[in-house]
Amino acid sequence: MKKNRKDQEEFDGLIPFNDENSEASNDDQILELLGSDFVRRGTSRRDFLKVLGFSFASAAVLASCKRPVLNALPYVVQPPEITPGKALYYASSYFDGHEYSGILVKTRDGRPIKIEGNSLCSFNKEGTTARVQASVLSLYDDTRLKSPSEDGNQVSWDSIDAKIIAGLAEINSQGGGIVLLTSSILSPSTIRLINEFGGRFRNFKWVQYDAISYSAILQANDICFGKPVIPDYHFENASVVVSVNADFLGTWIAPVHFIPGYAARRKLDNGEKDMVKHIHFESGMSLTGANADIRKKIRPSEEKILLVDLYNKIADKTGAEKFPGIPFKEDLADLADKLIASKGKSIVVSGTNNVEIQIIVNGINNLLDSYTECIDLNNNLNIASGIDSKMDGLVNDLNNGNVKALLMYNVNPVYDYPDANKFLTGLKSTELTVNMSDRMNETVGECKYECPVNHFLELWDDAEIIPGQLTLSQPCISPIFDTRQFQDSLLKWSGNTMVYHDYLIANWQKSYYPSSGFSDSGKFWNTVLGNGVYSYKVTAGKPLSFQKEGLIKAFKAPAVVHAEGFEVDITESVSLGTGMHSNNPWLMELPDPVSRQCWENVAAISKSDAEKLNLQTGSLVKLAEGLILPAFIQPGQAEGTISAALGYGHTNSGPVCNNVGVNLYPFIKISNGNRLFNFDTDKVENTLKQTKLALSQEHYSMEGRPIVRETVLSEYRNNPSSGNELHEEFEKSHDTLYPDVKYDGFHWGVSIDLNSCVGCNACVIACQAENNIPVVGKDEVIRKRIMHWIKIDRYYSDTPDDPKVYFQPLACQHCDNAPCENVCPVSATNHSSEGLNQMTYNRCVGTKYCINNCPYRVRRFNWYRYTNNKAFDFNSASDLGKMVLNPDVTVRERGVVEKCSLCVQRIQEKKLQAKLENRTIADYEIKTACMQACPSEAIVFGNLNDEKSKVSKLYADPRRYNLLEELHTLPSIGYLTKVRNDEKLNT
Amino acid sequence: MYNRKIRGPLIEGNKTLGQITEDVINPMDVSPGMWWFLAFGLASAAAVFGAYCIYITVYKGIGTWGVNNSVAWGWAIVNFVWWIGIGHAGTAFSIFLLILRQRWRTSINRAAEAMTVFAVISAALFPALHMGRIWLAFYIFPYPNTRGPLWVNFNSPLFWDFTAITAYLLISVSFWYLGMLPDLATIRDKTISKIRKTLYGFFSLGWTGSSRHWIRYESLSFVLGGIAAVLVVSVHSIVATDFAVGIEPGWHSTIFPPFFVVGAIFSGFAMVMTLMVIIRKVYKLTDYITDNHMDAIARILIFISLIMGTAYLTEVFVAWYSGNEYEMFTFFRNRITGDYKIQFWGMVVCNALIPQLFWFKKMRRNWMGLLFVSLSINVGMWLERFNIVITSLTKDFLPSNWVSYTPTVIDIGVFAGTVGLFGVGVLLFMRYIPMMAISELKGVAHIGSKIED
Repeated sequence: MKKNRKDQEEFDGLIPFNDENSEASNDDQILELLGSDFVRRGTSRRDFLKVLGFSFASAAVLASCKRPVLNALPYVVQPPEITPGKALYYASSYFDGHEYSGILVKTRDGRPIKIEGNSLCSFNKEGTTARVQASVLSLYDDTRLKSPSEDGNQVSWDSIDAKIIAGLAEINSQGGGIVLLTSSILSPSTIRLINEFGGRFRNFKWVQYDAISYSAILQANDICFGKPVIPDYHFENASVVVSVNADFLGTWIAPVHFIPGYAARRKLDNGEKDMVKHIHFESGMSLTGANADIRKKIRPSEEKILLVDLYNKIADKTGAEKFPGIPFKEDLADLADKLIASKGKSIVVSGTNNVEIQIIVNGINNLLDSYTECIDLNNNLNIASGIDSKMDGLVNDLNNGNVKALLMYNVNPVYDYPDANKFLTGLKSTELTVNMSDRMNETVGECKYECPVNHFLELWDDAEIIPGQLTLSQPCISPIFDTRQFQDSLLKWSGNTMVYHDYLIANWQKSYYPSSGFSDSGKFWNTVLGNGVYSYKVTAGKPLSFQKEGLIKAFKAPAVVHAEGFEVDITESVSLGTGMHSNNPWLMELPDPVSRQCWENVAAISKSDAEKLNLQTGSLVKLAEGLILPAFIQPGQAEGTISAALGYGHTNSGPVCNNVGVNLYPFIKISNGNRLFNFDTDKVENTLKQTKLALSQEHYSMEGRPIVRETVLSEYRNNPSSGNELHEEFEKSHDTLYPDVKYDGFHWGVSIDLNSCVGCNACVIACQAENNIPVVGKDEVIRKRIMHWIKIDRYYSDTPDDPKVYFQPLACQHCDNAPCENVCPVSATNHSSEGLNQMTYNRCVGTKYCINNCPYRVRRFNWYRYTNNKAFDFNSASDLGKMVLNPDVTVRERGVVEKCSLCVQRIQEKKLQAKLENRTIADYEIKTACMQACPSEAIVFGNLNDEKSKVSKLYADPRRYNLLEELHTLPSIGYLTKVRNDEKLNT
Repeated sequence: MYNRKIRGPLIEGNKTLGQITEDVINPMDVSPGMWWFLAFGLASAAAVFGAYCIYITVYKGIGTWGVNNSVAWGWAIVNFVWWIGIGHAGTAFSIFLLILRQRWRTSINRAAEAMTVFAVISAALFPALHMGRIWLAFYIFPYPNTRGPLWVNFNSPLFWDFTAITAYLLISVSFWYLGMLPDLATIRDKTISKIRKTLYGFFSLGWTGSSRHWIRYESLSFVLGGIAAVLVVSVHSIVATDFAVGIEPGWHSTIFPPFFVVGAIFSGFAMVMTLMVIIRKVYKLTDYITDNHMDAIARILIFISLIMGTAYLTEVFVAWYSGNEYEMFTFFRNRITGDYKIQFWGMVVCNALIPQLFWFKKMRRNWMGLLFVSLSINVGMWLERFNIVITSLTKDFLPSNWVSYTPTVIDIGVFAGTVGLFGVGVLLFMRYIPMMAISELKGVAHIGSKIED
């Protein structure tokens, strides 16, 4: 890593400072800033005596104090690229086997402390998700495996390698089966390495296994187009999107990739007068359903009926062949008309893992010509490659004794394979078992050998998410523990003396350098590494033609029959995903965007069903044998269905997640070789027990208050300020006896577009990581003491049966006439000359008056000491966990109030830099953490005094209003009205 | 004379001056009954539990209370305002009744002033304890300091509050203590115990009863009384600004200062009545604290109760009349009909309706009746503070922040502790300090005593 730094800086635009500046002495710069008053003078006798007296006094005082033991050690030889206090950014990539992002890693003094999106990576741009933001904390997790072990005893790498090599050789000599079981892998170099590794054995198999798989899409595309891939969906080109249980903004395939496109089609501030029309069918209320223009409830068993009927309606109107099918409960002619009207600009997606349904979806998309602009099968997404039946085959092979050696990497089947016991039995009977995991999980300890792997911030790798679009991963810290990356282990076990770093470079020199146009291979590598991204042109394949045969078969296949009772929909949780990050306290305490509840999974049930069973939110309900969950009355839940999230119920994955919630993987059923994420049950019963849920928001109605203002597209076209009439009225009434506040230099402000904010929660975790926000635990969340500085409020309107949903990010409003400021008796909160409402922590005595007097209630109190306190044993209680802390932000003491500072540390950093360079600050140069993380670019920060800045333009938009503006608090946060692409305005 | 015929004698039983001294000092000389030790034990136990809860609060943090990020002020502030209100009684008795020439006050004002002191001490505990960093409480003191120097925020009602309470505590303690000097000297002169002689001698500040002392004593009382009269009005007005300056619906109201002052006097008088009913019963001081006295307090209470009722109606009316939806919600949907309707209607019943029983003479002259009404006023006034402080905070502007509030054991323990502290103070006062101003009693001893002719 280090040896490449210097060269990298030469090419790399990402490093926020250049060599010229870092060469100038810091002292000179500081002296310059202090100005001419700060001149050294001669020492007079009086000064000498003063200093002498002061030294004696302070020596006496200091000597009498007990000083804390600090473990920070200075560099003996300081690396030239590191200036203490200055952050370095390294381009890398995030891939955990389930989710991918091109990232920049911010390091301070050698510690990665924050992850940002890599704007050069076209896949996600600067956007990230909550899970990506939180992944930096997983680096400093105490449950990470710290050294290799054999049968639970710590051993050295040399001895474990010798044994594994010998074991593999022996099995190979007998021709025994050797299987490598990994999560999906999208690294071309690793794939090459695995193939080389496998080539050494007579009977080798590589199985990729995804806990939450997209097997059906892969298979359907194989059947329809002869290409087993997940296509890329271009929501930015779509005018109509129909989604059936596909939560593409929250969890489905790659939300970080889909949100920007989708949000771009919902922005109206750029003069655009049209918006995507989004129609959503689903059982539980998902994040995507919450954002839809029209949302309809269906049971999982109705998916096929719906799609068959839709296919026939479209076929009818386009003159294509129709298939027999029963009509859906609602008339779909209108929907079909809409889709046909925007032929070529429409997308139909389904989240099911049923191959027949996915084939019908492909059929519909084919009728609608979606494969031209909106769905791209050639530049497909490599994100998931696991085929469910292959994993099932492996489990059978393990039990049959066909497999003699099993090497596992980044998988946790003991937790997430539906028939975990069968897997375990097979595993136990296998001769040589090796597990490669980076942290404790249920599978760890079940194998003979544990070969712990590095965290993704400690390793070299590459990734090809879309053919031709590559990113590199580079280590941003040397391995904290005695771990070794998976690829290095494979190289070692193949008898290769190379380390993976060299292997990677060699592979790139061979595969990509010749066609890169660079004249020097060193320069090529350094440029790519500095930028983190590399793309090459993929020769366009011949246009794929749709094969009808599969479709005919799919229609013939019997429809899913729904039994009596409830259908339970098993969903992925936005915060925890597959459950592999469950021990991350940031994610565990991240409220679900829709239910606003954390620290547990719940059974979401409709109001009418809950009344039938006499359930309240918090009643424990039994769904099946061994499955008791707290009920949660979810507005918009389809009647007869219950939704519950995966990712909880760990037994051995660390103190944060063990015994939290219930594991739903065992309830996944396998049908036609694919895992189906729903099951029927007729045993739903009320256990008559009650529990308290950690809800971060309890009231869901806006009570008719103009909090989220909305309109519909047709109204908006007539009058851009429709829905926002109150704004003008309130503007007139801002009379005051006091002089207007004037800001001479900057006046920082933020604009939040409620129309493009999808509520994904990335900003919440980005803020938590940037601002050292503590995790408080379930009990404290129940007591309404969650600390997030920015939260996304969720409101419902209309009826609980068919609600409309609103998201509203809420942080400190930085009011110019702030009610919190004048009530603090000790002036701990006050206004800056740039319009920031600032908190002076060391001045605060904790009267909490400011919290009461903030009409937005965005101030948070440190009710306990959340740092170094074993009662709050999360990341800030351990030395390792505290490594993630941002040194630019004070860790708050017990008893003080804190709140959003608009990332004042970032503002100051850029201001100082601009001052040194004697220039003004450009728009978008300063980005708050929430703005930077937002994949939909809904949050824009900037200078309101600069008329040309984006935020000023958004402030001038007729859709802009301020929250509770009638109170004359004059906030610096503006909201843009929500515009639904719907016909009628709801009242 | 005319008014003598209507009011009966202020002190019944045709006491001689010597008898008065004997009667007042007697409880201090004889061993108190079992009830005293029992009550003292109970009060101390409550105080010790309170001390434990305070220890937990300071050691662990305010997280041990029921407050949260929406309702940042809970029971502590409710109790603070309640105690401060009670703490009004003594000074109000002394000053207002003095101004109104109600000389019957003499047999009650000492006890009322004592009560003031203990109530204000109990009250002052809460603002200190509810600070997140109590060890930095001195930041709130305005004095030239080495922190910049950073001055306090003179705009903040909490700072006004701090000044008002400190001033009130100092003045009421001085007023109470200096008013006791002649009586302390009397005990010093009468007692035979050496220890007592020394102690009472020290605390009587060398009082000899010379005319010069009396002249200075009178003028000092006059000056302190003048200051205290202003403070009685100002303290609770300022406490009211803690809320009135706030932006919260249900707080932001100009009616608050007078409303709070009247409420304070209401709860203070009720507490005086509670204590007097008990004292005259157990110490058999009915000759000094006569039925007429109780009757007079009851009449004051019924008058104030009508003001309170009017104030409640006014608040609700203004909320409706303003057309402000946040105010409307707070009053009509959170207080009158919502989650806190029990507290709201409890307040109305206890403060506005039950005191109407005093229209009946029988109730005014029956100790059970007096005790019942005075206790319900105390409960009602606590509920009123609960209504103001907590209901407004639970559901204000943004529904996403709406929460419900439940106190914890620690909250209740700290409150119980202050009740215990108050009890201990009052019990010690009964035992070691003359409960009535002997010298003043003597001044009114013969008023109305010739009623028969």
